[in-house]
Amino acid sequence: MAIIDLANPTRFLTLANRVLPWLAAATALLFAVGLYRAMGAPDDYQQGATVKIMFLHVPAAWLGMFGWSLMSVAALGTLVWRHPLADVAGKAAAPIGAAFTFICLVTGALWGRPTWGTYWVWDARLTSMLVLLLLYLAVLALYWTAEDAGRGARAAAILALVGAVNLPIIKFSVDWWNTLHQPASVFRMGGATIDSSILTPLLIMALAFSLLFVTLHLAAMRNEILRRRVRTMQLMQAQQLAEAGT
Amino acid sequence: MSAFTALVARDMRLAVRVGGGALMGALFFLIVVVMMPFAIGPDLNLLARIGPAILWLGALLASLLALDRLFATDYEDGSLDLLMMGPLPLEAAVAAKAIAHWLTTCLPLVIISPVLGLMLNVELRAMGIVALTLLAGTPALTFIGLIGAALSVALRRGGLLLAVLVLPLTIPVLIFGVAAANAAIVGPAPFGPPFTILCALSLASLVLGPVAAAAALRHGLE
Repeated sequence: MAIIDLANPTRFLTLANRVLPWLAAATALLFAVGLYRAMGAPDDYQQGATVKIMFLHVPAAWLGMFGWSLMSVAALGTLVWRHPLADVAGKAAAPIGAAFTFICLVTGALWGRPTWGTYWVWDARLTSMLVLLLLYLAVLALYWTAEDAGRGARAAAILALVGAVNLPIIKFSVDWWNTLHQPASVFRMGGATIDSSILTPLLIMALAFSLLFVTLHLAAMRNEILRRRVRTMQLMQAQQLAEAGT
Repeated sequence: MSAFTALVARDMRLAVRVGGGALMGALFFLIVVVMMPFAIGPDLNLLARIGPAILWLGALLASLLALDRLFATDYEDGSLDLLMMGPLPLEAAVAAKAIAHWLTTCLPLVIISPVLGLMLNVELRAMGIVALTLLAGTPALTFIGLIGAALSVALRRGGLLLAVLVLPLTIPVLIFGVAAANAAIVGPAPFGPPFTILCALSLASLVLGPVAAAAALRHGLE
């Protein structure tokens, strides 16, 4: 099925309804395996058991950034290809991405307290991630204030493309500035520097988080389409009532 | 006179005449800076240390203030539609408006910043450096704000939405502007790297801002 076939919302709804239970089940299964493996992973020789926060913190950070990338691609879909579902996809991704970014910041603060001795430092990685959260909130504010859904979607698409400048800054902030946050240790030249006993559960957790994101995103897209239908029906009903009254 | 310079001249003339409010930004800047010592306390050593940061923050807020009228007045009287249909590419027209805005709103801020620095006990040598960083950094603020101005006129919303949209994007400018000023005044980090990054931010937003703002206007007002 080509992506253009999904332009028909009814066809998309059928597909989403068929796929969602399987996705939810796979997410739950992967979370079970991932959490079990994460509990079984060895403690760090310096940080002790607090290193387990990593299994939530790192995938949440990846997915927070993935959410904005998805919004940027959806923005291209809205502005360039005028795909009817692209603005639904972008709108549905914003709150989910914001939630993952928020989880990343909160778990990072809780991890920072025992290891760095402080909840928050104005370090380049932390600051750029906070800017990402603020940008997500700005996009949400745009959606809240827009009266016309289509116009709001196009404005949010432009903001998503402009805000994408922040993504490489987050990725390379630990290389460009000598900071407290540790440098890249999974996706780097020359392979990961994490032992496989910790890397494997981390990757399973990352996969589980990704599936969770996809599940929530599909469900949110479905809800958005249904919400628009309900609104259209209400408007039609109001019009019929008005015509009957006159 | 080419269409570009004519547009710059028109916007500047509108700004300095009655109802334009070009110096309103400078006045706001003055009031914000004057209020800071009341909040922080009149400790002159402390004020001298955080003076550059106060000046930068005041300039950032003051440059935002006039932005939401940048396209709104043109939209209301219909001249924005003429600009969109005219022979000048919309990107160039938008850039001309931003340059006029920078000359009438941000340049006065740069010029009065040494005077305000006097009230914050910033030393004489340092005030020149703060003014220099403001001169290099405020174009970035204007051209990033241009995107927010175009988005808010497309959504028929101004004021707070504009600030919410634009402020997160201006954080890097603020970081490197204050870093450059502090490096030159208290050290020990060198002045060069943050200052050149600040210039790079201004140049990059000079390219990105008009393109994104023109796209926002085209998609928002169709």
